[in-house]
Amino acid sequence: MCCALNAAIKPETVSDHPAVFDVKRIRDDFPILRQQIHGKPLAYLDNAASAQKPQAVIDAMDEVMTSYYSNIHRGVHKLSELSTRGHDEARVKVRKFLNAPEEKQVVFVRNATEAINLVARTWGDANLKPGDEVLITHMEHHSNIVPWQMACERSGAHLKVVPVLDNGELDLDAFDSLLSPKTKLVCVVHVSNALGTINPVEDIIQRAHNHGALVLVDGAQSTPHMRIDVQAMDCDFFAFSGHKVYGPSGVGVLYGKREHLEAMPPLFGGGDMILSVSIEKTVYNEIPYKFEAGTPDIIGAIGLGAAIDYLESVGFDNIEAYENELLEYGTAKLADIADVKMIGTAPNKAAILNFVLDCAHPHDIGTILDREGIAVRTGHHCTEPLMKRYNVPATARASMSFYNTKDELDRLADGIRKVIRMFQ
Amino acid sequence: MAGPGDLYQSVILDHARNPRNCFVLETPSRVANGYNPLCGDRCTVYVQLDDRRIQQVSFEHEGCAISTASASIMTEAAAGKTPDEALKLLDELHQVLSGGSVPSDCDDASQPFYALAGVREYPMRVKCALLAWKTLQAALNGQQETITTE
Repeated sequence: MCCALNAAIKPETVSDHPAVFDVKRIRDDFPILRQQIHGKPLAYLDNAASAQKPQAVIDAMDEVMTSYYSNIHRGVHKLSELSTRGHDEARVKVRKFLNAPEEKQVVFVRNATEAINLVARTWGDANLKPGDEVLITHMEHHSNIVPWQMACERSGAHLKVVPVLDNGELDLDAFDSLLSPKTKLVCVVHVSNALGTINPVEDIIQRAHNHGALVLVDGAQSTPHMRIDVQAMDCDFFAFSGHKVYGPSGVGVLYGKREHLEAMPPLFGGGDMILSVSIEKTVYNEIPYKFEAGTPDIIGAIGLGAAIDYLESVGFDNIEAYENELLEYGTAKLADIADVKMIGTAPNKAAILNFVLDCAHPHDIGTILDREGIAVRTGHHCTEPLMKRYNVPATARASMSFYNTKDELDRLADGIRKVIRMFQ
Repeated sequence: MAGPGDLYQSVILDHARNPRNCFVLETPSRVANGYNPLCGDRCTVYVQLDDRRIQQVSFEHEGCAISTASASIMTEAAAGKTPDEALKLLDELHQVLSGGSVPSDCDDASQPFYALAGVREYPMRVKCALLAWKTLQAALNGQQETITTE
């Protein structure tokens, strides 16, 4: 039954690396896209918040629950064996997805936020000392700010911030001058959820390593858009969420270099994270199980595995090429509207259009676009320090996926024109 | 009257574009701050009281058209009322926004207050409409700390 997981991608729906990317066929894989909102076809442009799920993921999770669900590990019966195998296979898929050296370096968690908090609580509390410095950037999501503020409070370490240039790129000269022997850890977002900026993480990691600092990369926004290779990147930790890569919410991943993970104490105690327990002493399990106390999100992990299979079947070359085409098209469309002010104009960007209008608040933009069937996100995008940096309380953000179309971006531009007409 | 899908009707847009009483009162009897953490809207409400009645209400504000219009409408609706009467208006707004009935004999032009009823079709925006009113409530109750809509 578990082999059905591997066959969940229907060859007639998505072939391996189709020569010509056919967005119509891709859209057929996503049942949620077939609906109307307020009488208009749904244009889902909120993918940076969470991506929709292809049928292959829905089927894989459905199959677990209808055919072979059980708790994993230790069970000797058939269903437990099948579920355990399904869960193990999901870890293999994640390892390949990240090009991690070993499965044991893939820790299942709830989401990228939990992955970062795990590192802050375990590696951070074991290694940060008074006077040490943790370096973050001004474009981090709250999930890569708050855990480090908390870790610094506990340890007496200091939090330092790499500034962001006006176009949305990191100020790498400032980064260099902030690096010192005191820097113990650099925490950087791979792709900014608010600006779309793709940060040069390989370069950042190399510079940090030259100063003896470790680097944690928040890959929540990069994993949906580009091929990841944690070995080539040479990051010490990498975090991502299942729900942003077309898998279910509730499952995410922490990758870590083996020596770091092995040296880190566990975060949660409980079942599965132990080798033996006596009242006097508990011997912890090996990595990754040391960090996976309790019954994990079995169905979610298998769904994540199916999402990875799906992404591989579409092909990251196709995804990157098509999404870049959308970004270019959407950027030009919005540039045609004089009142639109773009936030985030870095030359190397993922398919995110973040903007403000002088005449209308982002929430009014969002509500009016919603009436046109267009879903965008409005607010501070969990990047309040970055909003302050650009002197805006909030923005409207259209974030694209390879299932979006140029027609949807035309509708976005028309919707924005409607907002302007209404408020001018 | 506001119908479904008719959030940005003329009364709301008018108050959003040209908010009434949008200034700082230099020596207010009461002042309070409000914040909507979900969307970042901020509001300061100033109240001038005499012995019994609210003489004047003004506000400073950073937020969307709905919260601006609601604040503007509030300043006009609360002026001349006793604090209790003003707080009863807040109760009524709560009821209207949670689906309560709107008097059939009112029209938006004479009673802009009821133009806010359109917001109930947009559950995600109800907090925008309530921010200034809850801040007024805090001012009348003498609350010092910033109130939130959460």
